[in-house]
Amino acid sequence: MAKGNSYLPRKLHSLLGVIPLGLFIIEHALTNYSAYEGGREGFSDSIDFLNSVPLVFWLELFVIWLPILFHGVYGLYIAYQSNINTGRFSYGRNWAFALQRITGVITFIFVAWHFYETRFQITLGNVSHEELGQHMNGIVSDPLVLTAYIIGVIAATFHFSNGLWAFFVSWGITVGPRAQKVSSNICMVIFVILSALFLLSLFAFRGDEFATAAAAALSSVSIG
Amino acid sequence: MAQATTTAAPATAAGRKVKFIITRRERPDASPFTEEFEVPYRPNMNVISALMEIQRNPVKANGEKTAPVCWESNCLEEVCGACSMVINGKPRQACSALIDKLEQPIRLEPMATFPVVRDLVINRERMFNALKKVKAWIPIDGTYDLGPGPRMAESKRQWAYELSKCMTCGVCLEACPNVNDRNSFIGPASISQVRLFNAHPTGEMNKHERLEALMEEGGIEGCGNSQNCVRSCPKGIPLTTSIAAMNKDTTKQLFKQWLGM
Ligand code: HEM
Ligand code: SF4
Ligand code: FES
Repeated sequence: MAKGNSYLPRKLHSLLGVIPLGLFIIEHALTNYSAYEGGREGFSDSIDFLNSVPLVFWLELFVIWLPILFHGVYGLYIAYQSNINTGRFSYGRNWAFALQRITGVITFIFVAWHFYETRFQITLGNVSHEELGQHMNGIVSDPLVLTAYIIGVIAATFHFSNGLWAFFVSWGITVGPRAQKVSSNICMVIFVILSALFLLSLFAFRGDEFATAAAAALSSVSIG
Repeated sequence: MAQATTTAAPATAAGRKVKFIITRRERPDASPFTEEFEVPYRPNMNVISALMEIQRNPVKANGEKTAPVCWESNCLEEVCGACSMVINGKPRQACSALIDKLEQPIRLEPMATFPVVRDLVINRERMFNALKKVKAWIPIDGTYDLGPGPRMAESKRQWAYELSKCMTCGVCLEACPNVNDRNSFIGPASISQVRLFNAHPTGEMNKHERLEALMEEGGIEGCGNSQNCVRSCPKGIPLTTSIAAMNKDTTKQLFKQWLGM
């Protein structure tokens, strides 16, 4: 058991889950959705916009990578510290408690893999920003990989949405049972909307529009 | 086999037996094992009266003699909390667990979240330590007469009475997935007691001390919102509302500390 005081790190973990990580996941969902809405054109406009943001490297570092590293690693420790007792207490909220931890672990693996496949390949110079659309097409054309992406995306959106509900409790914003019920309904709507945005963009990336000669270079099965 | 349906069974229900499967331990460090018992049915009996019957005649269902099963009880009216155990998978008080309302065979286990002393007897010391840690009392002692304290509104007193019903029984800790030996979480009961004592007009004067105790290692941040506690508390204490209310107060306390107020 860790000595010292777990209060501040735990508060920081909770805060980072929403600000900035929650804001990032919303931004990410919207950017990808532009692939569905605006097709190739729309998506590359969004990418161009993001890359035109000043100090984008430092923003990514402090607003995404360091927070996710802290929240993720500390989150794994929190998950390790919890029992799962849904067998004895099969109440909805206890299931949400268990799923918060399970989806956290899935999100951790998914984010690491997804980062390696996309952002890290850009750093290595294997993929350019302009090629990201084709690159995603190559990735999600494989039905197995697509399945893994769907699981990863739904896990991450559930984790964020249910985490947002918990955040409101942890900071004493929703106190009584009615407030918690209303916030639970709102958070589940957020879950559905975010999942829909990500799923639509995943299927958009599979479209012919994103498939070009560049995609053929990647070892992938292109169907449809 | 006895069925749990008849409520007004005649006292002469001779031959009817109540079947028990009890998880036992000889010593704190001994490994657990189960034993089966069949106890003669009597109308309106509860788990404690069945355990008393086993104590009187410690013979297993297969006819072998065994050591009497140990348990703790005191008030026999669900106000002391001593008889808490896991009955058919759920932590609750044995004295208010009526045989007629339980599915058979009835499974009795100790609340193993706590150190098991023997059979169904557990050591709830950590709960009393938690109450000490959060200073769950109202300090009124001084070297001179401090005079009468401020009055409490009757409506507030009635509200606070609900929180004061906690009998430190430990059921909420047993139900909590974050109370275990990998986690230092203090548990729901004492967090709700901070709310109770901080609501008292005199207790309020030491509010920050109790809040600060919740902001230490293993304090309120250990709550992961499974909300099993509120579903399990035999006294119907609004534990999750208390926890959220104390989340609010500790958050305010945190900002006060930062701003040096
Ligand atoms: C990278 C892997 C991640 C892991 C292992 C992880 C793990 C966890 C765990 C175990 C909790 C539960 C804390 C508790 O209820 O006591 C949690 C809460 C939370 N997580 Fe994550 N998480 C990860 C990523 C993310 C991401 C990417 C986001 C945002 C999009 C996020 C948002 C949240 C939020 C908002 C909470 C609720 C905070 C609170 O309880 O106050 N997490 N996380
Ligand atoms: S809050 Fe309820 S369940 Fe917890 S110790 Fe008190 S009476 Fe028992
Ligand atoms: S004996 Fe007191 S609660 Fe059961």
